[in-house]
Amino acid sequence: MECVMGVVGRDFAVVAADTSAVQSILVHKTDEDKVMVLDSHKLMGASGEPGDRVQFTEYIQKNLHLYQFRNTIPLSTAATANFTRGELATALRKNPYMVNVILGGYDKDAGASLYYIDYISTLHKIDKGAFGYGSYFCLSLMDKLYHPDMTVEEAVDLIDKCIKEIRLRLVVAPQNFVIKIVDKNGAREYARRDLVGDNASVDAATTVTA
Amino acid sequence: MAMKVDMSALETNFSIPCLDDGDGMHLSADSPDVPSMVLPTCADFDGFQAATKDMVKNKRGTTTLAFIFDKGVIVAADSRASMGGYISSQTVRKIIEINPYMLGTMAGGAADCQFWHRNLGNKCRLHELSNKRRISIAGASKLLANILYSYRGMGLSIGTMIAGFDEKGPGLYYVDSEGARLVGNRFSVGSGSLYAYGILDEGYRFNMSVEEAAELARRAIYGATFRDAASGGCVSVYHVGPDGWKKLSGDDVGELHYHYYPVQKTPVEQEMTDAPSTSA
Repeated sequence: MECVMGVVGRDFAVVAADTSAVQSILVHKTDEDKVMVLDSHKLMGASGEPGDRVQFTEYIQKNLHLYQFRNTIPLSTAATANFTRGELATALRKNPYMVNVILGGYDKDAGASLYYIDYISTLHKIDKGAFGYGSYFCLSLMDKLYHPDMTVEEAVDLIDKCIKEIRLRLVVAPQNFVIKIVDKNGAREYARRDLVGDNASVDAATTVTA
Repeated sequence: MAMKVDMSALETNFSIPCLDDGDGMHLSADSPDVPSMVLPTCADFDGFQAATKDMVKNKRGTTTLAFIFDKGVIVAADSRASMGGYISSQTVRKIIEINPYMLGTMAGGAADCQFWHRNLGNKCRLHELSNKRRISIAGASKLLANILYSYRGMGLSIGTMIAGFDEKGPGLYYVDSEGARLVGNRFSVGSGSLYAYGILDEGYRFNMSVEEAAELARRAIYGATFRDAASGGCVSVYHVGPDGWKKLSGDDVGELHYHYYPVQKTPVEQEMTDAPSTSA
């Protein structure tokens, strides 16, 4: 039921994910941040089994930092994507990580880029993509509404349309989402879309229209 | 990756017709495809028992909860241990005192929880001795989560909350044997947790007195024991403040029930009076 998606625009990439931590029918929390900031200019949105997700993304993050310590320059997004895929592939036939990843990054020379890495180490460089049940509703929307060189407002609007569709059509849909952006100024949280929980606007989900 | 929705609650577990030698009762089915129910007086009673035990799937028969509020952390739990339909103990200590400022709750396998909490206490003490400062709650929970992650898939059954007070203030983490580690303000774990969440979520406010918070926790655990068969016994409530934890109360849920729902004198509908004696 976890949804992760990403879109690339003019000189920026947006990665969004739901923020629910669910076990069977119980929602443990509605503000779990699944888009990890790997370093100053990279975002990794991950979905999958809870232990694997955190352990794998932290492993990638620490290795990225180690590379930067050793070599004084950060790893490029493409190299990071290939490194991530390699780690998933090495573990696959022994102790697989059940994690799907959307990696977004900004490099000075290559600009913004987005990578799709799934749990069996498939790697694709993409303009737009999504994982999870939400992807069934979002991918066609993205195919229709995406065009190259979108502005930030257009890209976030596309993500918002996807979130709206997920909330409308997915049974037991996640309620809250986080949207993060990476551009030449760095990787940061752009917005939250909260319907329930402590941070939701008052009675957002419980207003009754007579 | 298509994620599998857990439909195990909808599965039926009636065994195939018991073809016996003539003794033992069984309900015969109209066709081989229709499941028929095997009654206890069948030839293979041990097999039937084992199958029933598997069907029950003893998933953390307990209710524990913890939440952060402005005066620290409240941790509460019931005290029942059940094995299928048999209550093996009503006096289990499910709140484990890891060290004077950190508590852990027990849900799942009792041995697993007790051992690994004790082990965590050792590691926390070693950290204190090496680094000349107390370990943070985030650090302690990460130590435990990493250990449990390395044993993933090997059959550990632990659903625990690590609650405590450190330099950064109150801390609460949910850690389980699947490898999950979640930070949060309130959690409830166990078979009765859904019932406890109902009361906890409704009554929770960040600003409460210690008594109000303890009463909310007590009421939530009581509510869960009322509805969940695998929870019961006594409600223990602990408070963790800047100076460490303190046990606030331990109340039997049977007595709590009459405290919340005192016996009402029901209005008499019809009264029996003596018949007027008729002297013949």
